[in-house]
Amino acid sequence: MRIMRGVKLTGIAAFLLVVLIAVLAAGCGRSGTGTGGKDAYKIGAVLDITGSSSSLGVPERNTLEMLAAKVNAAGGINGRPLEMIILDNKSDETEAVLAVKKLINTDKVLAVIGASSSGPSMAMLEVAQKEGVPMISLAAASKIVEPASERKWVFKTAQSDLVTVSKLVSYLKEKGISRVAFLYMNNAYGDGGRAAFAQAAQKAGIEVALEEKFEAGDKDMTPQLSKVKAAGVQAAVVWAIPPSASIVTKNFRDMGLSIPLLHSHGAGNQNFIDLCAGAAEGVILPLGRLAVAEQIPASDPQKAVLDEYRKDYRQKYGEEPSSFGGYAHDAFWLLAKALEKAGADRAAVRGELEKISVYVGVSGIFRLSPEDHNGLGEDSLVLVTVKNGRWALIE
Amino acid sequence: MSAGQVLQLIFSGLTTGSIYSLIALAAVLTYASTGVLNLALGEFVAWGALAAVSAQSAGLPLWACAAAACAACAVLGVAVERAAVRPVAGAPPLVPIITTLGASISLRGLALIVWGTHPYALPPFTGGGPLLVGGAALPRQGVWVMAAAALVFVLLAAFFKFTRAGMALRACMLSRTGARLVGISPYTALTWAFAGSGVLGALAGVTVAPLTLATYDMGFILGIKGLVAAIAGGMHSAGGAVLGGLALGLLEAFAAGTISSGLKDAIALSALIALLLVKPQGIFGTSSRKM
Amino acid sequence: MRCLKEWPVKAVPAAVLLAVPLVWGNNYILGVMVTVAIFAVAAAGLSVLMNLAGQVSFGHAAFMGLGGYAAAVLAVNYGWPPLLALAAAPLLPALAAGLVGRPVLKLREFYLVLATLAFGTLVHLLFNECRAVTGGPSGLSGIPALKVFGFVLSSEREFYCLTWGVALAVLAACRNLRRSPVGRALSAVHESEEAADACGIDTASLKLKTFVFSAALAGLAGGLYAFYISFVSPSPFGFHASVQLVLMAVLGGSAAWGPVAGAAAVIFLSEFLRWAAPLVLPGAGAECQIVVYGTALVIITIWKNSGVWGRVLCRLPAGKGGKEYAAGSARPL
Repeated sequence: MRIMRGVKLTGIAAFLLVVLIAVLAAGCGRSGTGTGGKDAYKIGAVLDITGSSSSLGVPERNTLEMLAAKVNAAGGINGRPLEMIILDNKSDETEAVLAVKKLINTDKVLAVIGASSSGPSMAMLEVAQKEGVPMISLAAASKIVEPASERKWVFKTAQSDLVTVSKLVSYLKEKGISRVAFLYMNNAYGDGGRAAFAQAAQKAGIEVALEEKFEAGDKDMTPQLSKVKAAGVQAAVVWAIPPSASIVTKNFRDMGLSIPLLHSHGAGNQNFIDLCAGAAEGVILPLGRLAVAEQIPASDPQKAVLDEYRKDYRQKYGEEPSSFGGYAHDAFWLLAKALEKAGADRAAVRGELEKISVYVGVSGIFRLSPEDHNGLGEDSLVLVTVKNGRWALIE
Repeated sequence: MSAGQVLQLIFSGLTTGSIYSLIALAAVLTYASTGVLNLALGEFVAWGALAAVSAQSAGLPLWACAAAACAACAVLGVAVERAAVRPVAGAPPLVPIITTLGASISLRGLALIVWGTHPYALPPFTGGGPLLVGGAALPRQGVWVMAAAALVFVLLAAFFKFTRAGMALRACMLSRTGARLVGISPYTALTWAFAGSGVLGALAGVTVAPLTLATYDMGFILGIKGLVAAIAGGMHSAGGAVLGGLALGLLEAFAAGTISSGLKDAIALSALIALLLVKPQGIFGTSSRKM
Repeated sequence: MRCLKEWPVKAVPAAVLLAVPLVWGNNYILGVMVTVAIFAVAAAGLSVLMNLAGQVSFGHAAFMGLGGYAAAVLAVNYGWPPLLALAAAPLLPALAAGLVGRPVLKLREFYLVLATLAFGTLVHLLFNECRAVTGGPSGLSGIPALKVFGFVLSSEREFYCLTWGVALAVLAACRNLRRSPVGRALSAVHESEEAADACGIDTASLKLKTFVFSAALAGLAGGLYAFYISFVSPSPFGFHASVQLVLMAVLGGSAAWGPVAGAAAVIFLSEFLRWAAPLVLPGAGAECQIVVYGTALVIITIWKNSGVWGRVLCRLPAGKGGKEYAAGSARPL
């Protein structure tokens, strides 16, 4: 029938046109900084620049672009310029896989930084492992670098859930708290926190009397909190990011719960405090030193790095950097150090990364080794509380 | 479970339920007068809340922000109607569902472009801490939400029963041929119904945002649940919409508070599917169909 | 006779197009094409359900997820040989569709939309909740490589051949279905269920079989996806993916190559936007993609259903115009 043929022809024509566009796009699509040229060191990055994790990806992209420009202005690495190719994975796993394949096969990068969140990172690392390309993830899940025997090529610069959790557990033990409630977001972030906290609490002899979860889009957590109230626990730990983290905190105060409220580093940004509209006062959480950099004493080994990063970022972008940008900062410098020693060879870069025994970064002091591809311990975090709407260092 | 806990769950359920009722009322307004199920309704709620946030950061007082949001969403409603509904007005009912769904996806993308993923806060209408009743806390904004739902219900019922425009819309619902014969244009009905649902959606968004914070994607879940509530109540009756919304809110609150918070959505959805299979006309719907 | 003359005309350029990436493409282009093939398989099933049988499913990604998780769980938790796990992948979604289908398909129009949407959300919730089996929100990793008769499928080229082989077989099967008596019966059901019933066609059983068939195909696609990415989590199988599948089915129409065209259009579009969007709107990316998807869905649906096109191109009753709406002759539910 005429309409069937019409549809068929249009369908095929559309298909061919689209293929043509795609081939062109794959051939010439590029976004990045630095001069090209045969002898440039090419680094790729796959970040969650748009989509649901964009609050992570945007400061990371800004940081990478800023640092690449800085290094090139100072003459590059080993005299060769650095080319940073940054792709957006739209906070989607399939897109992350396609993006990393493009970087590895079409752009032939030496190493990949990414992704900003755990799901896409897990999908990407399979490709990195198969193709033998060093990858530095900026996401929190410990599964990304464990078990070490199956993650030869994968590193990460964000603290593991276990590290964050042990900081909290140490605090609880110090205060003599033995019975807590744990509330968490029902996604990979919250679930990772829950597993880590259960493990650490058990070791420390703290009873997790209650585990409650909520969806990322939930608007009211009072049902879950009413259970917390009834359970008579001594403290509540929440593993969430804004806006859920703020909603839980507001509900918590509204219900008149006076027990200590502890959060995860996911709530460690000014947005969380602002959205709580005053309810965040007195909340305690572990955070990298960046958020309270002004209160860090000059004797702290990280002070110089923190100040320099903040100064550069504020100068270029007009706002305070976030801890996510900090992860990208550390990934960049780790890679730069490895490139300096190893040159343009993927396996050599990987080997050099493992050998970096001490690097003082924004997120902490990294001590990498073949068994530990993250290198951050409890000392990379400090405990902070909210006072008058701002972060304040405890201890 | 203590009485205080039960009361807390009831407050939570009634607050959430009132949000769903507001949206369900908007859905019923559209469906009853035009036979079109508007899946872009949730986006009106999101746009209303976000527009109010923008108006507020421009320095307007709260009532002006609400008015601006309602006006903006009325325009948005008409835009959706013209772009996605009118061109397929005569097609089988499935088609406007797909087009309004496409429109809702586009609106969500536009909201993402304009406002980003950042959550925004609106100040509550009245300040002060929550009201403490019998060991349970009820935020003051929650009272406002319930009041808004009640007000809209009363106004809508009065509109349908007493005003000429309302009666014209009801005529369309009962028989479009008959309505046309007496000079009521179904196209005008379409435009007014969508503009009206835009206003109601915006109102829901502005009232709810102080409690739940405004994000670009808040509309999707709220829209679906509002539609669920409307269907549960039978798509023709404003009273049914309100009761459907409250029932859904209470079901969710008690499921989260007593069984498992992770499964509360599953329980609500299963209840919907069961209801659709047993009584597709909804709790208050009638078996007779309009023609 | 006409069939014989038709297919060589289309098969030759198609074969050429498919051989090109195999010969000269790098792993990235091969990767994109593998993704297209996988989604084309799922879209083919949905296309049969939507375009041929006239039903709708806004939760189809859930079936993909069921297939993907089935294959992953069998291979990882129970140590099944990968090929067997892949073969078993379509069974779980088919079973689910069989159980849910009969009552759900009794519903019409928006009740069906809502029920399939609810089903999709429920399955997604289950993926998140059943941590012991599915690994919860953090997903299941470490899916072993596929082995076909002892030969390990590890390179892009090998996956390309496998997935396109499967896709072509599926497309041929769907095309044959369309031209068979069963296909004609399905068109009759699409036109008017009452009339089909009156002609003695068992509409309920036919709709159910189609639903199960489309779910099985989606499950097969999910299984292929699991082995390709070596990692499954709930997020690729949510509402966003269901919308993408609907878009692919709607774009492709009922043409034999429709699912491939639809899948290619959507996936190439997103790759294209990755490159082009930041040039037009700095900082834009995923947002533009979402807006384009929504707008495309609206425009294509209007194009297919608008009265003007209907009257110009053919006399199919699907192209009703405003007059019928005003006269109030929309179909009762």
